[in-house]
Amino acid sequence: MSRYNLDYLDELEAEAIHILREVAGQFEKPALLFSGGKDSITLVRLAEKAFRPGKFPFPLVHIDTGHNFIETIQYRDEMVARIGEKLIVGSVQQSIDEGKVVEQTGKNASRNALQTVTLLDTIQAYGFDACIGGARRDEEKARAKERIFSVRDEFGQWDPKRQRPELWNIYNGKIHKGENVRVFPISNWTELDVWNYIRRENIALPSIYFAHQRDCVVRNGQLMGATPFLNMDEEDVVVSKKVRFRTVGDMTCTAAVESEAIHIDDIIAEISHSKVSERGARMDDKVSEAAMEDRKKGGYF
Amino acid sequence: MNILKFFTAGSVDDGKSTLIGRLLYDTNSILADQLEALQNANRKNDDGTIDLAILTDGLRAEREQGITIDVAYKYFQTEKRKFIIADTPGHIQYTRNMVTGASTADLAIILIDARNGVVEQTIRHTYLVSLLGIKEVVVAINKMDMVGYSETVFNAIVTKYKALALQLNLKQVTYLPVSALKGDNIVHRSGQMAWYDGKSLIELLEKVNTEEQQQGPARMPVQWVIRPQTDDLHDYRGYAGRILSGSFKVNDKVVVLPSGNRSTISKIEFFDNELQEALAGQSVTIHLKDNVDLSRGDTIVNASAVPHESKLIEADLCWMDTRPLGTELTYLIQHNSTLTRCKISELIYKVDINTLEKHNASSFALNDIGRVVLKTAAALAFDLYGDSRQNGSAILIDSRTNLTVGALMFRAAVE
Repeated sequence: MSRYNLDYLDELEAEAIHILREVAGQFEKPALLFSGGKDSITLVRLAEKAFRPGKFPFPLVHIDTGHNFIETIQYRDEMVARIGEKLIVGSVQQSIDEGKVVEQTGKNASRNALQTVTLLDTIQAYGFDACIGGARRDEEKARAKERIFSVRDEFGQWDPKRQRPELWNIYNGKIHKGENVRVFPISNWTELDVWNYIRRENIALPSIYFAHQRDCVVRNGQLMGATPFLNMDEEDVVVSKKVRFRTVGDMTCTAAVESEAIHIDDIIAEISHSKVSERGARMDDKVSEAAMEDRKKGGYF
Repeated sequence: MNILKFFTAGSVDDGKSTLIGRLLYDTNSILADQLEALQNANRKNDDGTIDLAILTDGLRAEREQGITIDVAYKYFQTEKRKFIIADTPGHIQYTRNMVTGASTADLAIILIDARNGVVEQTIRHTYLVSLLGIKEVVVAINKMDMVGYSETVFNAIVTKYKALALQLNLKQVTYLPVSALKGDNIVHRSGQMAWYDGKSLIELLEKVNTEEQQQGPARMPVQWVIRPQTDDLHDYRGYAGRILSGSFKVNDKVVVLPSGNRSTISKIEFFDNELQEALAGQSVTIHLKDNVDLSRGDTIVNASAVPHESKLIEADLCWMDTRPLGTELTYLIQHNSTLTRCKISELIYKVDINTLEKHNASSFALNDIGRVVLKTAAALAFDLYGDSRQNGSAILIDSRTNLTVGALMFRAAVE
């Protein structure tokens, strides 16, 4: 795309709006997957920019694990009321009640894995042919290779071997019956880009993204919120910590980080720095560990 | 701060992975977990330093498992700019992946092994860069440490490459002696080559100008028509799209293609702002004074600089499917928001991309590139690829499989 040296946030925004409008133009029954996290909240703002003053050409779909943070659900309901768009909720509890999935047991039980079944059932029940999601390529290695229009077969599976070439800004949304496309308008955004955009656009977020006092337990080196959904035993010691959440998902699988960041500027500073300091800290840890490992391989005790 | 998209042409043997690893490492762009993997890895360079090529090892694992080697996108930034790297494989069997990665790049880095100089692969990569219309080229002559940082070796390669650049009509080429392994002239300038007084790679990438086609003709394909149909917005009709080139101003005279209807821009909106002017790259909503028939697939253009309109188009084609091209078959062609049917009515020639020789062609197989004539069911409103990468390109879709099977670059309207 030729461009007038647009500022990077303007360019990322214009690209995402273009992608959302392609979804509207190419598909019969699209949906926007809304989790209540910062990335899908960003998608909602981008959809407003793409389609206002018209309605969104798709409903929001929330896969509710039943173990969501109360702040997330509250935020979701207030937001839907404010923007006046349709919300469809797929319920993991219902999938459990219907016997489609079985609740995990044990100390680290989580409903995270169960969500997929509910999602695929919801897609099938409503006949969605495109699902817009907030995944980004900087998150993970496999994602770095995934297309913006990413075709899923009848079983919802991604086949990295059969990806379509995606050239220029032309998105091929042609699919066979039963297939659907996952669409990722913010593929080219980084975590920091999302935060900078939220700051620029002055977008409200669920309060759990900001530092607050919370009862936590330490599990596998991570801080988990001490909630009724977390299976606890006498070994778990509840401590009160000042924390915030960097990502927002199911309460039983989303860990908190200790933080003093109460304002978005603090969060941006924290992320920019944490990359360095976190890395520094881990580097120190791991350098000695790797050094030990190498020495052992070299014949050391 | 703006974004530069670039792609790297070279193979692992030329040190491509090391070069990308070095860029990320020396700009402090490596995340904790990646760094941990680097530190823990058994594989080390001969002098015991960490092997930066491991950072792109996703690709190596793919190769070991025998699955298609694919484009991976990587992100980093400096104080001055944000960068998106399309990390593409360099071998001939992955030509389509390189074409894909190159299609959105502003700049190409051609990697040459200083010990080998300009080889067959260099010719192929340079051809693809020229085919895809990438104007800015950086020739990184790598492994300078292996040739004693010799100025003579560097100059000999530059001389040879200049002839190739001339042949392929590449004008903005910068030559850079580097050692990705040692970090010479990647982010930090080298202390080993006093004879070189140019910039380091990152300094070049930070500085290169990406302003393209500011003066190009105004074009906006309509993606979606916004019609709220509410009581207070009863007559609202906004044409939503992204501007491909040039700019539109309020009161500009425009033509809608393919209908040829004329009108004037009454209003340009971006969300809750009204704009006086909208520029290439922006996604906006345009309103027209007249109530003309207009829907997705139509293009709004400046009335005094209209594009070509034709059903017969000469184009370069890169074939991307394992099934060969069938001249008897009808394909779907997607050009911006326009989708229509087409046939490849003539194969003019095929290019041997290693030697640049042209041959007669009876068919196109996977990764073949050459010149064809296509015949479309509906006339397309297009510009030549050399003038507009966006409005001069299209993809072919096989309606049996729905796969993207071809990349088209329009070269001429056939009268």
